[in-house]
Parts: sequence; C-alpha cells; structure tokens
Amino acid sequence: MRHPYSFMLGGRTWQFRNLVELMAKATPARSGDRLAGVIAGSDEERVVAQMKLAELPLKTFLSEALIPYESDEVTRLILDDHDAGAFSVISHLTVGDFRNWLLGDLATPEALAALRPGLTPEMVAAVSKLMRNQDLILVARKCRVETAFRSTIGLAGRLSTRLQPNHPSDDITGIAASILDGLLYGSGDAVIGINPATDNVAQATRLMRLVDEIISKYEIPTQSCVLTHVTNTLEAIEQGAPVDLVFQSIGGTEATNQSFGFSLATLKEAREAALSLNRGTVGRNVMYFETGQGSALSADAHHGLDQQTCEARAYAVARKFDPLLVNTVVGFIGPEYLFDGKEIIRAGLEDHFCGKLLGLPMGCDICYTNHAEADQNDMDNLLTLLGVAGCSFIMGIPGSDDIMLNYQTTSFHDALYARRVLDLRPAPEFEAWLDRMKIFTDTSRHEPSALLPDVFRKSLKGLPGEARDD
Amino acid sequence: MTDSRNGLVTENAWRRLRRYTDARIGLGRAGISLPTSELLAFQLAHARARDAVHFPLDVDRLVESLNSLGEVKALGVPVVLHSRAEDRFTYLQRPDLGRRLSEQGHERLVAAGQAKAPAADLAIVIVDGLSSSAVQNNVVPFLDRFLNDLGRASEGWQLAPLTIVQQGRVAIGDEVGNLLRARMVVVLIGERPGLSSPDSLGIYLTFGPEPGLSDACRNCISNVRPAGLSFDDASQRLLYLIREADRLRLSGVGLKDRTEEVVIEQDRASNTFLTR
Repeated sequence: MRHPYSFMLGGRTWQFRNLVELMAKATPARSGDRLAGVIAGSDEERVVAQMKLAELPLKTFLSEALIPYESDEVTRLILDDHDAGAFSVISHLTVGDFRNWLLGDLATPEALAALRPGLTPEMVAAVSKLMRNQDLILVARKCRVETAFRSTIGLAGRLSTRLQPNHPSDDITGIAASILDGLLYGSGDAVIGINPATDNVAQATRLMRLVDEIISKYEIPTQSCVLTHVTNTLEAIEQGAPVDLVFQSIGGTEATNQSFGFSLATLKEAREAALSLNRGTVGRNVMYFETGQGSALSADAHHGLDQQTCEARAYAVARKFDPLLVNTVVGFIGPEYLFDGKEIIRAGLEDHFCGKLLGLPMGCDICYTNHAEADQNDMDNLLTLLGVAGCSFIMGIPGSDDIMLNYQTTSFHDALYARRVLDLRPAPEFEAWLDRMKIFTDTSRHEPSALLPDVFRKSLKGLPGEARDD
Repeated sequence: MTDSRNGLVTENAWRRLRRYTDARIGLGRAGISLPTSELLAFQLAHARARDAVHFPLDVDRLVESLNSLGEVKALGVPVVLHSRAEDRFTYLQRPDLGRRLSEQGHERLVAAGQAKAPAADLAIVIVDGLSSSAVQNNVVPFLDRFLNDLGRASEGWQLAPLTIVQQGRVAIGDEVGNLLRARMVVVLIGERPGLSSPDSLGIYLTFGPEPGLSDACRNCISNVRPAGLSFDDASQRLLYLIREADRLRLSGVGLKDRTEEVVIEQDRASNTFLTR
C-alpha cells in the first residue's frame, strides 16, 4: 500500500516517498524533526507537502497505516477501534476539506463529539498541519470533553489546575508546605499530583497516604496521584494503598511504550485495579496520562514519523482508557525537540487541539527548561492562548519553579491571572469548597482572602517552635 | 528588599514554612500577581541557571580533586573522553552525538578494555551533562562516601578505570561500560539545572551495558546534592541497587528500589503539620 506521492507546481514535480514522508514534510518546522532527519528540506517544500496533504482523501489513513498493523499494537488499536459509522459524516472529504468543515458552522460541539470515534490520530494530525494557531484555538474551543472523579473537569468556562508540590527528597513537611500554599491560592481542583524523587513502591505509597489524609481531613473535592510507574501503582494497590488515579507516561508507538516499560495490557490491568477501589464520588475516570512531542524519537521508536504525528497517536492510547486527565508536558523534553518559545507555543496548541478533537480531557504543562531558548514571557503567551482555546487544566507550582524536576511551569499566580483575564473558574465542586473554607472571600474576583482561614491557622500552630499567635 | 512597606503587597502568613522547603511558597501577591521583588528574584535565578548550562566543566580541577581520594588513586589516572558533540551548541541540539564516544575516545577504551585482563564488575563514568557545577561540586564528595562503602562491602567488587566524559548524555555510559567490559556501569551526570538547584547530580545504573539500551534498562537516583538527597543516602541506595542488579542480573523497571520499605511500614504519613 505504500507508494510515492507527487505534486506539480509551476512546471516542477515534487516527490514524496510515502505518506510518512509527506506528513513529516508538511509539519511546521521544529528541532526534533530536524534531529530525526525527517524535516522538509526547505520552506517551499514544506508548503508543497501541505498542498499535497490538503488533496489527500481522509479515508487514505484507513488503508495506509503509517506504522504496519502487524508490528505495532498502537496501529492495531487505532484501526480496530475505528467507527466507520461515525466517520461517514466526513468520509468523502480531503484533509483540506476537513479543515474547512472544522472551521465551519456544521462542526458544532455536538457534531464534533459524535465524530470522535470516526477519527484516527493520523487524520487529526494531518489537518492540524494545515492549520494556523488561531484555527487550532477556534476548533479546540468548540470541543467539549467532561470527565470526573471527585471534581468535574472540562466544563465550559472552567480552567482547572494540577497542584504539583514536588520536593527533591520527597520530604513530607516540604511537600505539605507546597500543598498548603497551593490550596490557599485556589490550586488543585484537577489533581494533587506529586512526582516522587525516587521511583520506589514504598515511597510512592507514603506520598499517596499523605495526600489522602490531607484530602480527607479538609474534605477537598479533588483527587490524588503519585506519578510513579504504572507497575509500582499496581503493586501499591495490591498492598492496600489509597490510589485515586493511576499515572503513566505514554507514547504513540508500541516501541515507545515498551521503552517506558508497559503495554496496553498493563494499562488495562491497572485501570481495572483502580476502578475496583471505587474511590470516586462524582465520576469514574481513574487514569492520568502524560505525553509530549519527542518521546518516541527520544526512545528511538518513531519509525521515521514526525514527532507531532507520534504524539497524536499517543492520544489513541489515552482515549482507550477513559482518563480523567491527559497532560502534554510540552516544553519539558528540551531544545533538541522544541527549540524555542515559538516552537513550544505551536506544539502546545497542536497537542491541545488534537487531544480535544479526539475526545480527551486535554491539559497542558506549559513549561520550559533552562537549556531551551524560552522564558516566562513565552509561557505567558501560551497560557493566554490555551486559556482562550478552552484548555481543561494547567499545572500549578509555587513560583513556577519545580525544585525536583528542574524546570519551570505555570505558578499558582499564573492560574489566577488566566482565570481573571479570561473569566474562567475552577471546577464547581472545588469552587464551592474554596468558598466554604473561606479561602477566597469573593470567588468571582479570583482573589484569595487576605486572612488565613481558621482551620489552616490551627494547622500552622502544630509546627515545632511555632508562636501562639500569627 | 520588600514591597510591603506601602501596603501594595499582600503578604502570606505561611511564608515561614520556607524553612522546610526550597520551593517558592508564600510569595505574597500584588493584586493576584507576583510582587516586584519576587519577579526580579526569579529573573535572576533564571539568568544564573542559563549561565550554568553554558559554563564548561573544568576537567583539570576535577581530576586534581579526584586524585585526593585514596580509592580513586588506586584505580590509576582517570581516562578523559569526549562525545561526538564538538561543542555546547551542537550538544544541546544533537543528543544522539552526546550518546556516542568520539572515534578517538572509542579507540582508547578498546585498548584499555583489552589491557585489563579480568573483566571488571563496575565501571564508574563521570559525565558533564547539563550542569557542570553538579559534577564539579558533588562528584568528589559522593565518590568519597560511595567508594568507602563499596570497599567495606563483602563482595570485593572489581572496579574498571575511572572515566570522565565531556559533552556527554546518560547513555554514553553504556558504550563506556561495554568497552571496558564491565558487568555494570554507574553514570554520575549533571542534571538539567533548576532555578533553585543548579547543581543536582543524577546517578544511573545499567546492568550488562551495551550501546542501544533504552531508559527502561536503567535505574536512576536523582537530585544528589547537599540540599537534596544526601551523599550518604545516595551511596546506600546505589549499593543496594548494585547488589540487586547483580543478584537479578538485570536493571531498570524490573528492579525496584526497596531501600526504604522496612522503615516506611512504621512511618505514618500523618506526621506533618497539615495532617495532625
């Protein structure tokens, strides 16, 4: 089925060896595709590839697998689960037509939701390559994806946050201090999620118990997650640990996931184990996935695909397991994959669009590392754009500084900024809690109370050597 | 520096919790935004971290301090190697080049591997990675501790010559260990610098090192530095991982770090101010 594609332009014929190459060369420029050697040779070649891609019938992606069906379980998942009935609405369209359809009034939130099972990640990746940033924002904003566990994520006009209280030695008091800081700034309605410094079942269990006790004591309508390997979480569940969400980093090829040390069967087993604990109150979405462009190449498992197409394929893995949250950690991987602020911003908007179109509760870790050509201003831009696009959740960390993972992401303050300028609110259950606890005096102004709520004042008095009065 | 003198900044009563963490908690707010002093403090830290990425490792100074350790001296002069990434700019954009030894380095190690008749149990590879200050500040005190612990262990481990790699990535240790014909390789590498931690050292262990292994085949101990995971703890964990890797004949996801399990059974998570 693999054959070359050619395109005539002004007397010159451009050749693309196969669909994989056509997709890669149609991708907006980024360092990871250059590193992989799959990037377009010139700006002109990139646009020619986009023109050729625009003419391609969408149904081509059903007959021409980018990674062979026989050798990759993610391809098998994508093609076996494809719903021809749902697809029939757009089955006559080319990729270029599909862009027009998405931007038009036929693509209502209801129509987009009904279409999801008929879309493959490759179709979604292909159309995104033809779209400008504003197209990615406009269409994503029309996609409604709601999920729930103890809070509801993804309602219109809401922006949730993951409270990320990481500590370089997993110190319990240090972590608790960051959690308190976050809660008092109104953060944590998506999840309180800790990256442990050391990947170890006992350590993970200890952190799970800490957050579970905090959530129970203050009756916080949120969920906990310790971002340890899925096999560790399975062991923790077997040992009776209080697991709300199962975490795993996932990629878009079987070989990537193998390098992460799991298969689709592992995720199925873990999801069933978490569901059996029955800990959700308003919903039963128990998975938390993280993704990011470049992971497949980093694992030398990209099969010649461009990194954005690999990323979209990871969303097929995610959607199989009905996650509560999917987080594209867009600038974490470093400048060899996304070189600067411009590339990070583009990738963040692409990932959010592709995930939402496929029906995922997409959030974004709006972030950069100190070896990338990016800074806080780039993050402000992406945060504002994603807020407009209807991003489900972002990270919240004290002062943007993750002292464990050594990168910068959005702060508690940043979330308040986005909520205020775009008039977005936290999850309804959590918003009511902020009000009840008197953490926010006026939740509509997105401003924390200047006074420390009594219950937390009491907690602080439990510190060794603490004075009686504040 | 304070912003609060004229009442424009709302301070946070819980700022005193900063004695328990380096995290930027209790920053206060101007409206809902960062106060000016905190904004500038952040910008300064970011500027320093960026400078740290681009500052080169002083190999001569490192070798000199390594030679002050008796255990290191016994291994002979450290072998200084270079990856295929010629400079920092190339290194940042081409991790593939940082994972492979330069041709010259490769040849030197082939010779060294053949010279040492009995295969070594363990090769220790020092790599600059993304933070030269992590390596400069923390490798010597860590090795002082670890080689001491290793020397007291009953197994009588045989060490390969010490190597130092410039412009290297984690996976380059697998090539080095393989050429030195070591059964296991330990990589000490500068992690990407954070704002509050420009000098975090990462430690990676691979059993049966060979080029082309994935991350799933390695175990990692992260954030080794005085203000992070202490040298003592890191040394104990590494020793544990080495013993387990040796026993199970594997490393990576199949080898779980259980060093804390016994302690933790007793450790109630509630032992902190927020849960009491």
